[in-house]
Amino acid sequence: MLASYQQAYERSLDPKAPAFLRERRQAGIERFAALGFPNRRMEEWKYTSVEPIASREFQLGGDKEVARFTLEEMHRMAFCVMPGPRLVFLNGHFHPALSDLSGLPAGVRCKSLAQALQEDAASLEAHLGRQVDSKDRAFVALNDAFLQNGAYLFLPRGTVLPQPIQLLFVSHGNGTAVVSHPRVLVVAEAQSQATLIETYVGQGAYFTNAVTEIAAGEGAVIEHIKLQGESESAFHIASIGVRQSRDSQYTSHSLSLGAALARNDLGTVLDAEGAGATLNGLYMVSGSQHVDNHTNIDHAKPHCTSAELYKGILDGKSQGVFNGRILVRPDAQKTSSQQSNKNLILSDDALINTKPLLEIYANDVKCNHGATIGRLDANQVFYLRSRGIDAALARSILTYAFASDVVALMRQEPLRERLQQWIFARLMPGKEAAA
Amino acid sequence: MPLLEIKNLHARVEDKEILKGINLTVNAGEVHAIMGPNGSGKSTLANVLAGRDNYEVTSGEVLYEGKNLLDLDVEERARAGIFLAFQYPIEIPGVTNAHFLKTALNAVRKHRGLEELDAMDFLALVKEKMKLLEMDPGFLNRGVNEGFSGGEKKRNEILQMAMLDPKLGLLDETDSGLDIDSLKIVANGVNALRSPDRAFVLVTHYQRLLDYIEPDFVHVLSGGKILTSGDKELAKHLEERGYGWVVGKDAKAVGV
Repeated sequence: MLASYQQAYERSLDPKAPAFLRERRQAGIERFAALGFPNRRMEEWKYTSVEPIASREFQLGGDKEVARFTLEEMHRMAFCVMPGPRLVFLNGHFHPALSDLSGLPAGVRCKSLAQALQEDAASLEAHLGRQVDSKDRAFVALNDAFLQNGAYLFLPRGTVLPQPIQLLFVSHGNGTAVVSHPRVLVVAEAQSQATLIETYVGQGAYFTNAVTEIAAGEGAVIEHIKLQGESESAFHIASIGVRQSRDSQYTSHSLSLGAALARNDLGTVLDAEGAGATLNGLYMVSGSQHVDNHTNIDHAKPHCTSAELYKGILDGKSQGVFNGRILVRPDAQKTSSQQSNKNLILSDDALINTKPLLEIYANDVKCNHGATIGRLDANQVFYLRSRGIDAALARSILTYAFASDVVALMRQEPLRERLQQWIFARLMPGKEAAA
Repeated sequence: MPLLEIKNLHARVEDKEILKGINLTVNAGEVHAIMGPNGSGKSTLANVLAGRDNYEVTSGEVLYEGKNLLDLDVEERARAGIFLAFQYPIEIPGVTNAHFLKTALNAVRKHRGLEELDAMDFLALVKEKMKLLEMDPGFLNRGVNEGFSGGEKKRNEILQMAMLDPKLGLLDETDSGLDIDSLKIVANGVNALRSPDRAFVLVTHYQRLLDYIEPDFVHVLSGGKILTSGDKELAKHLEERGYGWVVGKDAKAVGV
């Protein structure tokens, strides 16, 4: 199947593209060809097989479909479209008619990557690829090879965005198994502040291979919500790389609710003193879904803090993987880091592999981590039933309660409320949730 | 027809037989107190009636409104009007008291052919009941029993009872661990619910509760059987003379 990516790469080449882009893409396809798809003999992929992706043929979605995708469909498929600026993409292509970029503060650049490649080439050349490493990561290399679509957000020094920026990626191949390789680049200058909401949804079988890069300048405050609600026949691979300058704060809320196979690689480098990272995550899978969250918090400098809470709910024959690495480098004295992964198993056949991993090379640090795997508490179920609540609903309520604190950490309304409803509806016996 | 008829009830927990032939009849409007030393089977009886999983009835029968109670699931018993106030109320972080109470109330109302209450009506009702128990409305937004003191938990049990309007209230050592102020509040809550249509079975180790909730009948349970029954005077005798007076030969094992 590597050959089909090679052919698609060649067909998608644009001779008018900036030279740096052509070089990056060339390097990407060569790197991908050399690496091939990862396999389970690799430590990083021990519990996740990408064979279902590697063995299928996907086609780059054309931009003809875009016109057929309507506002009604957008509202039906997205979890929640909030007031404020948004960029909408269909099969990777920017959909200007459904997007809204009005009302942004002066100096803010928020646009499709395709447009930015024409207008902001110097900034892209300087920042693209600096927050993620494609050296031995095949999916990042593959995204590099097809680098042309996605979003670019530039926040000048001191800018505070009053509303979140929403990025909605919809895949809908109308029967064709499409692939998209969206790339998001956020460059936040010193003391800027913004919330970014990335949403991935779709219909049918398709493959999303996303890369998001965030460069957080000195004192920048970035809240990053990622909602993965892909179709249950879809494949979702996402690599997120954050680089944090002095005193910057990065907060991630990552919800993995859909896809047949989903993998998130989220890494942040606390690259200067005083930087802080908060990583919250929820994954909820059932049937034969597989979800894998790899996080990597790199404490490179002293006096940085990180806190991580990931919760998982696994039902049916689903499988989950949590691999949370915290690296404290020799220089990173006075690091404070907490990590917790909690899992609720609802069936006998569900499986979770959890591996919190602390690597500490400094001697004056405060770090703790832990993982739990449990089932619903029989006493709590009995308590609810003894008040007249039927057994199935009691279990739903308690499952929801397990997840609720992670959702409650999100401050964006009405998104939070909508997600709570969605999650609760999905847990309700005999009810199908509609995204 | 009696509200509750227990005939020769035997039950065990795991492999240990705890109830060894209980006979008890409760009519609507009555308050029965079941007293006895620790380990006598009082709480087991309450839990068997509520339908707790790991309690197995080995023989005997329980009729509730003339029908076999033991055939009903836990939630069916609750909807039919049986309410167990827990000795150790369960904490459920992440579920607010309001959500819990509203869900339970509407499940019960639906079963009784009543319309489900909307948020406004629910709030009005629950606030009125909370006043009775001197509870701050702020409790509604807290996790069920999460971080509640012992007294708050017990008041929350009585609040639930007041909301669900049962026919038979089973109070499992509701008085244990309460200071006198909390005890009075809880007792007032229960007394306010007394009516000719409703009966209570109070399981307690101490006579003190009965100073505030006056029982019609007092039964002494020991070794899995009711040894003697009487009126409220029996409770006073017990207070003065200890369980050894009734239990006789068992007294030294009990050590009251």
